Amino acid sequence: MSNTERPLSPHLSIYRWPITMLLSTLHRLTGLALSIGLLVFTWWLMATAAGGSDYETAMAVLCSAVGRLLLLGWSFAFFLHLGNGVRHLFWDVGHGFEKSQANASAWFVLIFAVIATAVFWVLL
Amino acid sequence: MSSSATGHFIAQRASALVLVALGLWFAWSVSSLDSLSHESVVAFMTVPFNNILLLLLSAALAYHSYLGVQVVIEDYVHAPRLCWFALVLSRAAHLAIGLLMAYTVYDIGFGA
Repeated sequence: MSNTERPLSPHLSIYRWPITMLLSTLHRLTGLALSIGLLVFTWWLMATAAGGSDYETAMAVLCSAVGRLLLLGWSFAFFLHLGNGVRHLFWDVGHGFEKSQANASAWFVLIFAVIATAVFWVLL
Repeated sequence: MSSSATGHFIAQRASALVLVALGLWFAWSVSSLDSLSHESVVAFMTVPFNNILLLLLSAALAYHSYLGVQVVIEDYVHAPRLCWFALVLSRAAHLAIGLLMAYTVYDIGFGA
């Protein structure tokens, strides 16, 4: 009944991800990451409202090495999710469905996110 | 849940559009501040126009996050009762976070 000689379908681990697949996965992952980031953002807002030592503590945590790394990740997640969200909005109104267009817009979003993150941190 | 799918679709897109504008505005504003000192941040947030946009941003963030997390829960939590529980928990958490953010922004802007 079972034929061990038959070819196996490719598994995720050995499959070369098309850029569109990567962006689709990243959209969900960055969305989730940003939802968690909302808790940190709220905590920072509350520290800002409290002021004084509470704000100092929050800024010390956020500006620590780990804090900066997380914020770098969240800022990249923000720009990637925003850029890819706009890509989805174009699809919603019927534009960019061709394979070549979807690939190009995926690269565009990825490059936009890298540049926007870099500009954000340079200006900050 | 499927009966409100169109409503969910529209709400997700509408809040996304709001967040594109307000998100870029906020990122630009934060990076344009002279410093992230308490004085500088509070001075920015107490400008009425900024405060109102921050209130809108808070509401849109909590709402859009709620809609997104809902889809993720529905996609991956298959046990019906656990799914229901996770959805209720997410709704309560997002409502609380949204209200907390809005109240905090209002407090910074117009509080005593």
